[in-house]
Amino acid sequence: MSEETTPQKAALYAEKQKIYPQKIAGRFRTLKWKIMGWIFAFYFLAPWIRWDRGEGQPDQAILASLELRRLYLFNIEIWPQEIYYLTGLLVLAAVGLFLATAMAGRVWCGFTCWQTVWTDFYVWIEEKIEGDRNKRMRLDQGPWTGEKVVKKTVKHILWIFVSALTGMGFLFFFNDAPTTFMEIVTAQGSLETYGFAALFAGTTYLFAGITREDICIYMCPWPRFQGAMFDEHSLLVTYEAWRGEPRGKAKQKVDKSQGDCVDCNLCVNVCPTGIDIRDGDNFKCIGCALCVDACNSVMTKLGRPLELVTYDSSSNQMARERGLPAKKRLIRRRTIGYGSFLAAILLLMAFGLSTRSELEINVQRDRAPLFVPLSTGDIQNGYTFKLLNMINTPQSFTMSIANMPAATMTVIGVADTPVKDVQLTVAPDQVATYRIFVRAPRDSLSGKFQDIVFRLQPEENGAPVDYTTQFAGPDK
Amino acid sequence: MANIEKDAVTGTNTTGHEWDGIKELNTPLPRWWLWTFYATIIFAIGYWVAMPSWPTLSGYAQGQLGYSSRANLVEDMKAQKMERASWQQKFASMDTADIAKDGTLLNYAMAGGKLVFADNCAPCHGSQGSGGPGYPVLADDDWLWGGSLEAIEATIRFGIRGAHGDTRTSEMPVFGGDLSADQIAAVADHVLSLSGAGSANADGAAIFVEQCAACHGEDGKGLRDFGAPNLTDGIWLYGTGRDAVIAQMNKPKHGVMPTWEGRLDDVSIKQVAIYVHTLGGGE
Repeated sequence: MSEETTPQKAALYAEKQKIYPQKIAGRFRTLKWKIMGWIFAFYFLAPWIRWDRGEGQPDQAILASLELRRLYLFNIEIWPQEIYYLTGLLVLAAVGLFLATAMAGRVWCGFTCWQTVWTDFYVWIEEKIEGDRNKRMRLDQGPWTGEKVVKKTVKHILWIFVSALTGMGFLFFFNDAPTTFMEIVTAQGSLETYGFAALFAGTTYLFAGITREDICIYMCPWPRFQGAMFDEHSLLVTYEAWRGEPRGKAKQKVDKSQGDCVDCNLCVNVCPTGIDIRDGDNFKCIGCALCVDACNSVMTKLGRPLELVTYDSSSNQMARERGLPAKKRLIRRRTIGYGSFLAAILLLMAFGLSTRSELEINVQRDRAPLFVPLSTGDIQNGYTFKLLNMINTPQSFTMSIANMPAATMTVIGVADTPVKDVQLTVAPDQVATYRIFVRAPRDSLSGKFQDIVFRLQPEENGAPVDYTTQFAGPDK
Repeated sequence: MANIEKDAVTGTNTTGHEWDGIKELNTPLPRWWLWTFYATIIFAIGYWVAMPSWPTLSGYAQGQLGYSSRANLVEDMKAQKMERASWQQKFASMDTADIAKDGTLLNYAMAGGKLVFADNCAPCHGSQGSGGPGYPVLADDDWLWGGSLEAIEATIRFGIRGAHGDTRTSEMPVFGGDLSADQIAAVADHVLSLSGAGSANADGAAIFVEQCAACHGEDGKGLRDFGAPNLTDGIWLYGTGRDAVIAQMNKPKHGVMPTWEGRLDDVSIKQVAIYVHTLGGGE
């Protein structure tokens, strides 16, 4: 064993430093509190909004019911096969994110992302219990006294409580909120209910309480490619190095060669990801702008010009440095591109929703037997009809065959003897299944396969709906 | 041998092993991993005690909790049966005609009958009753013994030429020998002409009235009481064409359908009867 060591390169591994964000007041902090309020209000209260849909229907305004296989959004009701609306929604969200990023940088990350909002709230709880940055650091470094145990315990209990509310709140979007809430608090819930609530509560506790900025820095894929949406006109949190450097002591200033930055480190102390904004753009910066608040508070005290750390574009920074006028350029080729794509998707979805059919017809032609010769010499084909009534009132149709005048049909349970047209009904919000047999004289058939057009004329006035499928017969 | 030294950067000892100048730090397993590992060991011991996990000479250790997936299955099936009981009750107490009139029960019977049919009937009659040579198509309206719900149910319940006392039975005589080959050919021509295939044959018609009309009727339209097929509809059970008709007269084939009473329960028989009735040719 040798204690002697040879000079080596710096280690590639760095121990994780715990971050203690300092409390700060300012306009961005105020904005963040407001946004947090709105997001919490939506998340925790939206499922409790009621919406009358008639008897036997869920009366929750926003409900993605896995049990009923429907997505209810106020007066819209999406069936599983219309999943493309969800795709549309996701595309909207993605392009919206691109647009916001191109215009104002990481506003999503800094102000509205759940990770940021919940972490912010958890840090607020921590600060209320353990005190501000310095107290928290001292507490963590200090020995395990009774006070430390109490504080830590209370903090974790509060965190777990908020996590539990969050986990529970998540379920309310998928199950009737009042019912599920009563189930949970009276210990009547199913294993799934508790399991999922625990899953989301657990991840909330882990992400917002324990791992925090590591999620943004190491786990989240979005920061990795959002640089592609940036250009020199995108707003981002920056440090006006040309004005701030060289740094000096607050009291010594008078000397012209000294910059405005007094190196008080407050911008570093308030940062939730623990970076120094004065080092330049940083992938760890989530754009929360709390360092802007921090610097402004110091500059105000010292009577120096504000916005040394500022939410501004890099092109403006360069302009200011050269003494040119700075201007915001929100409308650029990039933002027009994202904006028009966003508008196109919105229009497409609005069009789709407004012209959305209230009835879907699915017809399956029997394959075995392909066709059946009857004793009269007629050829018979069997079809299984599925009529999906996507509205809350019953629908009724007169069905006939539009293109085969010689054909007649029987419908199991509805028409036992061959008829030309038949009455079909579908209960509200249901799928009706009908077995239909069509027979046609052998001479009337044009070939081995020919088109057959079923025409459904709605009982109440409305345009007839045609469904075309095939009718099989023997070789000619 | 082992030359353990302290690494300056990390302050950790090496393992003392060296490969091509590369030394390995003696880094302990992450604490969380280690504790999880210990926890799984403790869990495993608990599992041994609580759950069936050890074989014994004559079986296996039941475990303290007495868990058994087989017992669970039996229980699940019992629960399923209980759930279905109210339906089964209806099927047991009603006759098929009444069941078929009730839309909900009809759908239930069609779904249930479909499964029974696929398991028991489809090997001969084909899926959805598409039939095959020697096995009647059930999707058409040509019925040997009748296509009403009642008749279909009786056919399924008692079978054809089956073991049951009430089974349907009949036999077409062997004409090969009694009639000459020419006579049989003449009758075959006549029979084919009944469905518009081939030209009329007066000799054949005369023999037909004498020999065949008793069962098949003078007009050849068959008689369901004897299961005598309709010869005028162009639907042939044992093959199409002159040779097939001649063969069937020379040495008739007789299909056998098993008796299903006793093999299927009453409710299944009713359901499959309704299902067959809805295949496209029910009367």
